[in-house]
Amino acid sequence: MRLSPGRGAALESVILPAMALAGALLVFGAFVLASGKNPAQAWLLLFKGAFGDWFSWQNSLQRAAPLMLTALCVAIPARAGLTIIGGEGALVLGGLACAGLPYLFAPPADVAGTALLLLAAAAAGAAWIALAGALRQWRGVNETISSLLLAYTAIALFKHFVEGPMRDPASLNKPSTRPLAEGLRIGTLPGADIHYGLVFGVAACVALGVWLYLTPSGFATRVVGGNARAARLVGLPSARLTITACAVGGTCAGLAGGIEVAAVHTAANASLIAGLGYAGILVAFVARHNPWVVIPVAVLFGGFGSAGSLLQRRMDIPDASVLVLQGFAFLFILASEALRGRLFAPAPAPGPAAVPGTASPAVSSVSPAVDPGTPPLGMPSAATGSHPSPAAAGRVPGKAA
Amino acid sequence: MNASLGGATLALDLIVAVLGGAIRVGTPFLMVSLAECITEKSGRINLGLEGVLVFSAMAGFGAAYLSGSAWLGVLAAGAAGALLALVHGLVCSLPRVNDIAAGIALMLLGSGLAFYFGKGLIQPQAPQIPALTLGEWSASPQIRSALQINALFPLGVALAALLAWGLRASRWGLVLRMAGDSGDAARALGYSVNGIRIAATTAGGFIAGLGGASLSLYYPGSWNEGLSSGQGLIAVALVIFARWSPWRCLGAALLFGGAGALGPALQSVGINQGYYLFNAVPYVLTLLILVATCSPSRTLKGAPLELGVSR
Repeated sequence: MRLSPGRGAALESVILPAMALAGALLVFGAFVLASGKNPAQAWLLLFKGAFGDWFSWQNSLQRAAPLMLTALCVAIPARAGLTIIGGEGALVLGGLACAGLPYLFAPPADVAGTALLLLAAAAAGAAWIALAGALRQWRGVNETISSLLLAYTAIALFKHFVEGPMRDPASLNKPSTRPLAEGLRIGTLPGADIHYGLVFGVAACVALGVWLYLTPSGFATRVVGGNARAARLVGLPSARLTITACAVGGTCAGLAGGIEVAAVHTAANASLIAGLGYAGILVAFVARHNPWVVIPVAVLFGGFGSAGSLLQRRMDIPDASVLVLQGFAFLFILASEALRGRLFAPAPAPGPAAVPGTASPAVSSVSPAVDPGTPPLGMPSAATGSHPSPAAAGRVPGKAA
Repeated sequence: MNASLGGATLALDLIVAVLGGAIRVGTPFLMVSLAECITEKSGRINLGLEGVLVFSAMAGFGAAYLSGSAWLGVLAAGAAGALLALVHGLVCSLPRVNDIAAGIALMLLGSGLAFYFGKGLIQPQAPQIPALTLGEWSASPQIRSALQINALFPLGVALAALLAWGLRASRWGLVLRMAGDSGDAARALGYSVNGIRIAATTAGGFIAGLGGASLSLYYPGSWNEGLSSGQGLIAVALVIFARWSPWRCLGAALLFGGAGALGPALQSVGINQGYYLFNAVPYVLTLLILVATCSPSRTLKGAPLELGVSR
């Protein structure tokens, strides 16, 4: 099957993840079968629990909200060429800042007060991830490692404050900070049982997508991430752009923590450390670091999460089965990258195939919704590193072999 | 006079408790850091050791429970770890697969599988790995309990020695380092770079599996879902801290273990403040060392050149 390169790439970026997800669901079914349960029933319940009725939709959307924000904490720095995996740290610090602000002064118990809390949460997250970016920029410290170390440090700080200086004496079994005043909490959307965090998540994804693809500074950020040398040659302020991208990502993750505290937990406690930051990495990679695509992917994985309890109730399958499904899905989606560029053009003659390959970067700026190329990652894996240019190899059908 | 004497014994107790704790808490750290070391020396990073650790802890506990032998459990843990790491090695060998992302996927998958199969293992008791009692000579109960050493710890030290010698002086060590420093050179000599890396990742998985066994079969000695507190993820930091040297991995593991033991030790003598802050010390220390030794213009000394994180 031959298609024009642009159309082929666009179709591929839909079909490859779909195939990978189908593969993961198949393996999951085999897994369920091996434990003596009916896989067809498991698939049905997975769908029902995620998107079967309005109740499950609400649950899925509610779970998707923080995933969107933590995914942005991976996706935005990735666009600037950095692999940040410490979103969990920004999230817990955001939650801590949100719960901690009333200790400093009494914010007005209305929308303005809530805004102040979320601002504090966003600032804490932004500072934490920007630190990882700054260390990379000026000291050459690998940002993947430093963000991970910072995440562990943040979790330790969080536990220290929640179980020490900021502990509410009334919280006996589960150490927590003092609960937020009624007026400071985030309520639910009118007519639904979903809190306003979803609005923040969707708005952030849409806005950052617009910024990345439709504004000059977003374009400059993508240039820095795509080819740092080219960015320096045309005089882009690489340092400022990468650190800004990190700060933006951190803002999102911090906001996620603040919203979780203000809308769900009402106080900072250990429930906040639930691996939302790590799940966000999964969402961002599946969405290929495209903020717009993050929205549906987060809803899908939020749906899997909410289906877990239904699987446990109806079929007596441990709710960890969802984690297994996520793991398989992630592995399959990563592995499916190997097929990119080969699906619609099996081994064409090397001469003509190279031409659409070199023309392809232009496509990405013409149709911003679809990204045909491999997302720019600061750290090409050693396996891909052996090719002269992994991104280029991804666009040239058949060349990678 | 009396007070200063009391202070001295208190300090001594504390030091003994921390040293004992360093070995007890440090054994899983030692195993995962050696595992990460051998993996990274071949030019690939395995962030999924957290999943490997949790999964192998579950598998080891289950096997020990079913077979009634702790050592069969250890073997099963190693095999389970090797199997999961093999998946990582294979997936990363596909073109254009990011090994950081694959590591996170492996972390999710390993924890998921462990929690799934481990549901029935939370209640039972399994036979434990025997402790070596080295403190018979002392009359002090603190020293005797501190010198109750996990039998896997000497094994870990032996592994560190074997790795240090093997990487420096043996043929396979040279081939492994070549794959890590220059894939092109290895290819030019006719070696399969992917083959070497898959083998190294799998061997690392086996060693990390031993770390998992020491979590569920020695300390804390039971299977539960909160068993690992991120030891697998932090292995990456440990190896950087140790500058990719197996001997220094031993030192780093003891340091991290000791820092982890400092909080409970202080608690046992009545100091409750800052428990979690002590736990964070190794992370901050690693970060400070990175800040002090990195520079934008060159890579870390000792880092495998093909490794993503050292570029």
